[in-house]
Amino acid sequence: MTSPHIRLDNNSVQRVMLYVLLALVPGIVAYVWNVGAGILVNIAIASVTALGAEALVLKLRNRPIAITLTDGSAIVTAWLIALALPSIVPWWLTVIAVLIGIVGAKHLYGGIGQNPFNPAMAAYCAAIIAYPALMSQWPAVGQVDFATQLQLILGGGREIDGITGATALDAMRTGLRKNEAVSAIFESTAFGYAGGNGWEYIGAGYLLGGLFLLWRRIISWHLPFAFIAGMGLTATLFWAISPEQYPSPLFHLASGGAMLGAFFIVTDPVTSASTPRGKLIFAAGVGIIAWFVRTFGVYPEGVAFGVLLMNIGVPLIDRKTQPPIFGRRGGKQP
Amino acid sequence: MSALSHLFRFHGGIKPATHKTESSDARIRPAPLPARLVVPLIQSSRGSARPVVTVGDTVLKGQCIGEAQGQAGTAIHAPTSGTVVEIGLYPMAHASGLDSLAIVIEPDFEERWIESEPLNLAHASREEMILRIQASGIVGMGGATFPSHIKVGNAIDTLILNGAECEPWITCDDRLMRERAADVITGATILARLTGAKRIVVGIEDNKPEAIAAMTQAAHSVGADEIDLGTIDVVAVPARYPAGGEKQLIRVLTGIEVTSGKLATDYGVQCFNVGTAHAVCRALVHGEALVSRVVTVTGNVERPGNYEVLLGTPAADLLALAGAKPDTNRALMGGPMMGFTLPSLSTPIVKGANCVIAASPKLFPPAPPEQPCIRCGTCARACPIELHPFELYWFSRAKNFDKVEAYHIFDCIECGCCTYVCPAHIPLVDYFRFAKSEMRAKNEERKAAEQARARFASRSARLEREKAEKAARLAAKAAETRAQLAASGEAAAAAPERQEAAAPSAEQKADPT
Ligand code: SF4
Ligand code: SF4
Repeated sequence: MTSPHIRLDNNSVQRVMLYVLLALVPGIVAYVWNVGAGILVNIAIASVTALGAEALVLKLRNRPIAITLTDGSAIVTAWLIALALPSIVPWWLTVIAVLIGIVGAKHLYGGIGQNPFNPAMAAYCAAIIAYPALMSQWPAVGQVDFATQLQLILGGGREIDGITGATALDAMRTGLRKNEAVSAIFESTAFGYAGGNGWEYIGAGYLLGGLFLLWRRIISWHLPFAFIAGMGLTATLFWAISPEQYPSPLFHLASGGAMLGAFFIVTDPVTSASTPRGKLIFAAGVGIIAWFVRTFGVYPEGVAFGVLLMNIGVPLIDRKTQPPIFGRRGGKQP
Repeated sequence: MSALSHLFRFHGGIKPATHKTESSDARIRPAPLPARLVVPLIQSSRGSARPVVTVGDTVLKGQCIGEAQGQAGTAIHAPTSGTVVEIGLYPMAHASGLDSLAIVIEPDFEERWIESEPLNLAHASREEMILRIQASGIVGMGGATFPSHIKVGNAIDTLILNGAECEPWITCDDRLMRERAADVITGATILARLTGAKRIVVGIEDNKPEAIAAMTQAAHSVGADEIDLGTIDVVAVPARYPAGGEKQLIRVLTGIEVTSGKLATDYGVQCFNVGTAHAVCRALVHGEALVSRVVTVTGNVERPGNYEVLLGTPAADLLALAGAKPDTNRALMGGPMMGFTLPSLSTPIVKGANCVIAASPKLFPPAPPEQPCIRCGTCARACPIELHPFELYWFSRAKNFDKVEAYHIFDCIECGCCTYVCPAHIPLVDYFRFAKSEMRAKNEERKAAEQARARFASRSARLEREKAEKAARLAAKAAETRAQLAASGEAAAAAPERQEAAAPSAEQKADPT
């Protein structure tokens, strides 16, 4: 046996993943509270699918099943996909998205650690491109009871008029396209204090969980900080120029997937940059791209596209931002 | 003895459970004489000794039994009085597990010292002192075993005395500083005198308050006139592994970041272990060669402790002395972070052996199974050299050695911090050791090939030269013959000879070199 002969206690990939799942709980609680328990059904469907797919692929690839299956990474991907999709999408769409995430984005590239693209965001993008209509049907806050949600998820028929409401990002986009002023758009019921009515609490829940991860040193500050700075500063710039044409940075950060993105998506260690400067560049890039997609693109939310685009650049970013090491800083020379 | 106003930081590091209290309160006690002492001839990282005794010789304690071989060699001495019974191959206390030549002595249990010759330090010349250090067999006692007489050859301003002892479990330096602070400080002042250092800084981890107090007191009582020395500072450094690493300690105490490929002496700094300073004092002031050292015996034992151990004592004797528990399945030499599993329990204690740890599956469980790397970067946060171990790992696995080198694998000090913290339980250091040895082997191969090519080229050159010389000789001879023939009027007979003389040069052109 070789040195070191000791290891840090209670330290494992499982533990890291468990912390991430724990950190998602406040956001999920806020989700259930404001939108309804349908999300729990989706999370369950996604989890079961992820575990099944993971086991199957591992078996086909002739890899040890137990140790990877229990590392928790598939469950994290599943939860993130469920939280990124509208909570009333039919069950089969969740299943397809998870399969794309686990089989397509993760295992076709060699499994955990080797995948260049964030599996959850790859799944989200595939779903929104293939099923744009279903992917834009979000339940109206506080108006869809659990039975109806369950029926929408499991049942076939989709009588959705009056059930779905425009999300804040949607309402803002539609309003702006009609040349309405930001302040006027904000009068609509879709809005709360800063972002989407009800949704902003969910964002706050993710923020809380994210702070927990920072405290436990599961994630480094560079990624959420740079994401928030990237999106926030870009929004501030345009908002300062024309506040009735461009909503405030606070609105952007409180809406859609911004908080989930900042603390749970760009922080995926496997697919984000790994050097300190690289992390700043990577996450800032995601935030900026997300803002541009939201403002000028064809989709209301742009975090996922930002992530996938920046994923492509990660090897280059890492290579170009290797920090100097001890004894090679070219400091004081004798 | 002012405290340093400002300490510096090094990146990363870890804080494993220290397990120092098990043995830190146990006074240094002499370990009993074993039935046989096995003294390896290789006890230093740079040189070995040549035996100067033969089987059957009786020897006195402290008598030279192995002469320093070459400039970097260091002598070895009989650890006790007795008879040389064998000179043969024995397993070495080294991670490689290779055998080395050793002199085996059966003690007569009388512990008769050879007559000691202390140096008169007031009059001894620098050369005399350095020779004595070499002849007393002194090497770095912190584990590196670099010959001390070579180290003192460099002029420096600041001498750092390393009493950090950052590895878990080990307490021998702690006890040495508590119990023999005066000798340690005296040794350090001698080293300072030899190196011209104007300042001694003693670095001790702040988890050893008693050692800090003892050393501070000893430093106070050094007479300023005694040596040509500016200051001695005893400094508490934050306990964080590997604070006792040479470059890390230099960084913490002086702020100097020794550039990769440079030596500390290039910056006017040099590090000596407290045990080395102690040995220097014993050798020069008391005339005692290095025949024993303090060893911590701890781990899965009933009575952890610190012992003054004669070099050559089998580790098994120490384990028995401390009462190794029945489930002990192996023994570590050194600490748990950088130490190695002893190839056999009979492996003898050598100059660099600071600690023997009895290990059981319960106390040192095998590492959990390796999982895929999730690139979480925890290893990079822990690396004191600020390397990115996971990148090195990917490239090592892929045997992409160019990349491995570009990511500075040879700056890795194999401290083990990365492996310690990796949540995927990847034995990163093992991969690095493997990659390093592969790359070294490749380098050797390349060098050998180059040498072969050079040899071939010089051989061809020599052959060519010989041919040319032969041709010249033949030509000269031919000319002579021609002249003779011409003289005798038979010039036509010389033609075939001329052809023969020309042939070698055509051959030379065809030579592939
Ligand atoms: S700590 Fe282990 S899992 Fe994390 S990046 Fe380093 S090698 Fe990979
Ligand atoms: S073993 Fe090497 S790579 Fe790992 S932490 Fe130590 S110096 Fe860094």
